[in-house]
Amino acid sequence: MKKTMSPTPASPRHLSCPPPASGGGVGEGVRPQTQSDIADFSEDYPRFTREMKDSYTILIPDMLPWHFELLIHVMAKEGYRLEALHNEGQEVIDEGLKHVHNDTCYPALCVIGQFLNALKSGKYDVDHTAVLITQSGGGCRASNYIPLIRKALRAEFPQVPVLSLNFAGLEKDSGIEVYPAFVLRLGYAIYYGDLIMSCYNQTKPYEIEAGSTDEVRERCIGEIKAAFDAGKHRKLKRNIYFILDAFAAVPVKREPKIKVGIVGEIYVKYSPFGNSHLEEFLLREGCEPVVPALMDFVLYCIINNVNDAKMYGKNRKSAFFFGIAYKYLYSIQKKILKWTARHGRFVPQHDFERLRTLADEVINQGVKMGEGWLIPAEMAALAETGAENIVCAQPFGCLPNHIAGKGAVRVIKGKYPSANIVPVDYDPSATKVNQENRIKLMLATARERMGE
Amino acid sequence: MSYFLGIDVGSTTVKVTVMDEAGKVLSSSYVRHFSRVRETVLDELEKIRPFGGTYRAAVTGSAGLGLAQRGGLTFVQEVQAAYGAIRALYPDADAAVELGGEDAKIIFVTGGAEQRMNGSCAGGTGAFIDQMATLLDISVEEMDALSLQAERVYPIASRCGVFAKSDIQPLLNQGAKKSDIAASIFRAVVDQTVSGLAQGRRIKGKVLFLGGPLYFLKGLRRAFKETLALDDEHAIFPENGPCFMSIGAAMYAKSAKEEPLDEIMARLLAAPDGDSIAVGKPLFASQEEYSEFIRRHGKSDLPFRDIYHYEGDAYLGIDSGSTTTKLMLITPDNEILWSHYQSNNGQPLEIVAEKLRELYSLTKKIVIRGACVTGYGEDMIRAALKVDFGIVETMAHFKAALHFNPDVDFIIDIGGQDIKCFKVKNRAIDSIMLNEACSSGCGSFIQTFAKAMGMDIESFARLGLFAKRPVELGSRCTVFMNSSVKQAQKEGASIEDISAGLSSSIVKNAIYKVIRARTPEELGDHIVVQGGTFLNDAVLRSFEIETGKEVVRPAIAGLMGAFGAALYAKENTPKDKLISDIVTEAELAHFSYASRAVTCNGCTSHCSVNILTFSDGRRFVSGNKCERGAGLRPRRNAPDIYAFKYEGLLSMPDPSAEGKRGTVGLPLQLVMYEQLPLWTEFFETCGFRVVLSDRSSRELYFRGQHTVASDTACYPAKLTHGHIESLLDRGVDFIFYPCESYNLDEHDSVNHYNCPVVAYYPELLKANNERLNGENFIMPYLDPNDERTTVKALHRALARYKLSSSLIRTAYRAGLRRLEEWQAQIREKGREILAAAERENLHVIVLAGRPYHADPEINHGINKLLCSLGLAVLSEDAVFEEGAQVKVSVLNQWTYHARLYRAAEYCTRRRDADLVQLVSFGCGIDAITTDEVRAILESRGKLYTQIKIDEINNLGVVKIRLRSLLAAIEEQKRREEE
Repeated sequence: MKKTMSPTPASPRHLSCPPPASGGGVGEGVRPQTQSDIADFSEDYPRFTREMKDSYTILIPDMLPWHFELLIHVMAKEGYRLEALHNEGQEVIDEGLKHVHNDTCYPALCVIGQFLNALKSGKYDVDHTAVLITQSGGGCRASNYIPLIRKALRAEFPQVPVLSLNFAGLEKDSGIEVYPAFVLRLGYAIYYGDLIMSCYNQTKPYEIEAGSTDEVRERCIGEIKAAFDAGKHRKLKRNIYFILDAFAAVPVKREPKIKVGIVGEIYVKYSPFGNSHLEEFLLREGCEPVVPALMDFVLYCIINNVNDAKMYGKNRKSAFFFGIAYKYLYSIQKKILKWTARHGRFVPQHDFERLRTLADEVINQGVKMGEGWLIPAEMAALAETGAENIVCAQPFGCLPNHIAGKGAVRVIKGKYPSANIVPVDYDPSATKVNQENRIKLMLATARERMGE
Repeated sequence: MSYFLGIDVGSTTVKVTVMDEAGKVLSSSYVRHFSRVRETVLDELEKIRPFGGTYRAAVTGSAGLGLAQRGGLTFVQEVQAAYGAIRALYPDADAAVELGGEDAKIIFVTGGAEQRMNGSCAGGTGAFIDQMATLLDISVEEMDALSLQAERVYPIASRCGVFAKSDIQPLLNQGAKKSDIAASIFRAVVDQTVSGLAQGRRIKGKVLFLGGPLYFLKGLRRAFKETLALDDEHAIFPENGPCFMSIGAAMYAKSAKEEPLDEIMARLLAAPDGDSIAVGKPLFASQEEYSEFIRRHGKSDLPFRDIYHYEGDAYLGIDSGSTTTKLMLITPDNEILWSHYQSNNGQPLEIVAEKLRELYSLTKKIVIRGACVTGYGEDMIRAALKVDFGIVETMAHFKAALHFNPDVDFIIDIGGQDIKCFKVKNRAIDSIMLNEACSSGCGSFIQTFAKAMGMDIESFARLGLFAKRPVELGSRCTVFMNSSVKQAQKEGASIEDISAGLSSSIVKNAIYKVIRARTPEELGDHIVVQGGTFLNDAVLRSFEIETGKEVVRPAIAGLMGAFGAALYAKENTPKDKLISDIVTEAELAHFSYASRAVTCNGCTSHCSVNILTFSDGRRFVSGNKCERGAGLRPRRNAPDIYAFKYEGLLSMPDPSAEGKRGTVGLPLQLVMYEQLPLWTEFFETCGFRVVLSDRSSRELYFRGQHTVASDTACYPAKLTHGHIESLLDRGVDFIFYPCESYNLDEHDSVNHYNCPVVAYYPELLKANNERLNGENFIMPYLDPNDERTTVKALHRALARYKLSSSLIRTAYRAGLRRLEEWQAQIREKGREILAAAERENLHVIVLAGRPYHADPEINHGINKLLCSLGLAVLSEDAVFEEGAQVKVSVLNQWTYHARLYRAAEYCTRRRDADLVQLVSFGCGIDAITTDEVRAILESRGKLYTQIKIDEINNLGVVKIRLRSLLAAIEEQKRREEE
């Protein structure tokens, strides 16, 4: 989330260069360079203008279904009509394959596949549809999703604008306008989503009456939406306790189950489409999935800016504001954790400051590309809180994951000898049987240990 | 009586074990299931009926999972099953290695129990060996026997079957001995297991070797014992090795329900097929549709002429491909007199000679006026048989396609190993797309698979035509496809559906990975498809369905290379040359050759060179990268900036430095290829002596291989492990290797990141090499652009040397100056080379990659190859400052990549320069830059060439690619002149 040089406004493709120079040494026939002398190879793309807000449907990829339901609701209050996509299957993958370089990461392929498949479905008026993606602007190739989506759309839906939701000042001409109160609402939505996800996962495997946990989840989502409608989303304690009480009321049968933590690249970690419905698979296997909070990733992105200023003296002014934002958001997390602990029924999610401490023990917080140090930190935190069985989900060939995922497993195992970690690659061509067989091996080890 | 029953359903075999209550094994069986999973299991169960009694049954194995689930039987994961059996039967074992058809597993029993399986990429061990045997055209048993007679071992990429194949193919074509190759294949399997699975943990003590391949293959056993240095006492190959998992399953079955055999069989029989496999549409809806299709394609044919009656001139074309050899003899009117197509069985030269003899014996009335050879074996065949012409195979295919459709604007050729595509404009090649290593071998994959099913390719292909539910098998590579097939079989897909699915996978691989077409329009209107694989109607149909276009497939699709070569001979034979130089019938009668493999010690590359000596005393050398290997003296002062950069860096540290404060080791890899001047100067100013790591080599890589944590990282990264080992062995006081999120800001991109791997690789090294600690490995985090924090970070990192901040600051500034000087030297050298190129009228290639591509072990001597082709070689860092600043569609935020864009821009403005992009396999960021560099070049009418490099040390494909580029440049020039 680095504050970066804002892109110059796009202009139509044109060649601003002299004709090929023949002969001569280097430099001969090459124009001297000035600031304005830039060869423009970029291609134009449609902007999302303010007027479009009212008439456009904005599609977003599938990632965290329940969080997204809340976020969509918050966005709707800002006048954006968002719709999360849930299309899956081979056609979606095929669309992705068609439009994305095969060596690009799987999430890009999934997201672009979903967009194109949806636009082709006939369900949307393609002249009044836009697509939206978040952008973090880090050193990982994932920051290039927007150009990749634009490139894919250009071939078949050149009129569809791509919106960026970012807090780094990127894509100013196609961004969602953000202001503090709005951002804060999004933050609350994530916190509520995280808690609902956590309580759900801690209840669902134990429910006596099938489906009762899902009902409660629906009810909680409804309640939080209503709170946003009534401007009561900041009544944190009330809302948190509502969720805790609601899930606590589900009749459950207490029996020991294997807890399986999920860490990894942000998209395949959460998206059921991306990780072949990993959570459901684990539930079917009789496990309790432990999925770390989305807010931890947000805090991770924020704190990296603060770290950058501290370590390299970068952008100290904006880092100051990031620091304030961090303190504020963390204070909310602190409260939620406190109340969850006090309530007593559910294991609280990770404390972000604790994650940072754990990170320092295994890797440097300077590893900030992709999910960076957050992955080993979460592995350590999971191992520490009784979820030592861990699936590290990563797209095939994910660069940051070489270092912070697979690369860190050995250190984690050294520190937590009981840690039982399986890295799983996700790829359009990787087979489910291959993935499941490896997870099953991890589970077999876990079961044996539980029996001991 | 009550028994325990263990059923292990693997990817290729079924194993069934019956055990009595005392744990005694009463029977064990091991049979191949040929995808008929359920039937085979039932057959095997039928055989144990005589035991009578009741059973407790458990199923294990990758293909058993679905069967167990749907049949309601107890399932145990196979590694877990093995683990149980090991503890019961071999309580003193320390570790076990199990190789199955698809998976490799390692179980550590003592010293912290741990069980591991191979990652998705390395899939294919038993299946891999099968494929390699097919490639050598021998049975697995024969391969095993041969391997025991090996005299030498070639390095073969062990990461996956596809890569290994790319290494083996040229060895075969160069005439390397099958016995040596067989041994090399087994060694590759061992290396893969040791590096990919053990990942730093040593396999020692008493080791069990399990699974079919390790039981049956003595050569493989030997390779394991040698590599792990185990004696007979410590390497245990149990008699029941192949069935070990089923024994484990039988043991696990103690908790299962007891029931009669019939009950178990009935449930297996009634188990529904899985429905979770994605299915496509049938290729043909009806027989009529198929007939129409056949009629349409029947139109593209060449006329035949009876060779026995024909008198007069003829032209011979030879296509010595990677897996097949093709020959064709045509009349001056392009009628086919004779043709031949066969698998080259690893002996391309012998086959061509044999067929020539046959041709001579057919008729005496024909005069061969000219002959031309193309394909992988071009150089060898041309030298051996004195063939008049040799052309690069892309040109041969292009010529042939042009004959069938003069308006052709797109050609796709899928052979056994390679996929080639051309876009054609104005009857000249406009761009060439060749597959990279990863998607090679698609064509021969079908063949191998058909063979494994006990069928020939024709019948297998025919089965797919009317499949009702073709399965989706993915398109990344054949290893992944193989694994998808396994899943499909598990789900009960029929052979018909798999046949159709494979056809469609291959087509998708070509379209999505090689051509990268987003819409059918990009392919043009006149498409010619060729190559042996397209003779498969299912593949042809899949292509038409996928692209939505009707295409032309010549009836001689498999012979197009040979036809093109023959056409070339016809067009280029001078009028006054009445007879070809090709060996005569008399000469052929005495023709023979001997092959000898040697290591060239001409330079540090140490190429494996093959020398063929022919019966008339002539010699042919192959496998060499430069003239030296062929016994010639290379030109001095070659116009090659890569050699300059590499030697310059190596001589950077001052060997006579006193080093009063101690010695620091700098690993010459990744970021150090850029910043070596900076850190050398820094440390020397601070009073240290700088020691560089050893030169990169395959051996160095193997030295560090056991600490590689992620198999799919790029080769430069994986080589770093070896550099660290070499520095540790040299006993430096500490190794310095900084982590840098940001590279130096060159002010021409939005940001100036390093890629994640370059930025943080020290973290991975520290985490996975137990020899490294905080004392001997110093890895500060710093941003070289910010002096204040950098000085602070260095001060902290080097605290034990008590250096003053001001000394560090002075030294750091001196370092930056040295770096600038070095970069200026590179640019100066670039100008020199350009001037020389102009003087000598050489074409210039800007070989653009990353700074670390200067490493000869990484670039595999491509720079030398370019020089030997008569080109001058520059690098991106020598020219990018001459290019304009660029604005691209993607986020331009990495320093090294910004240089690529500017270097590309520079090339677009020079007629005498073209860009070839070097891409390391696994570089995720280049998935983005390659498209952009291509766009920059093509938007201004330049050709784009990409070369993917990895561990594979095979320049055959690279050579074809570069020669194709040169041929296309020539064509373009000619067109401009016309």
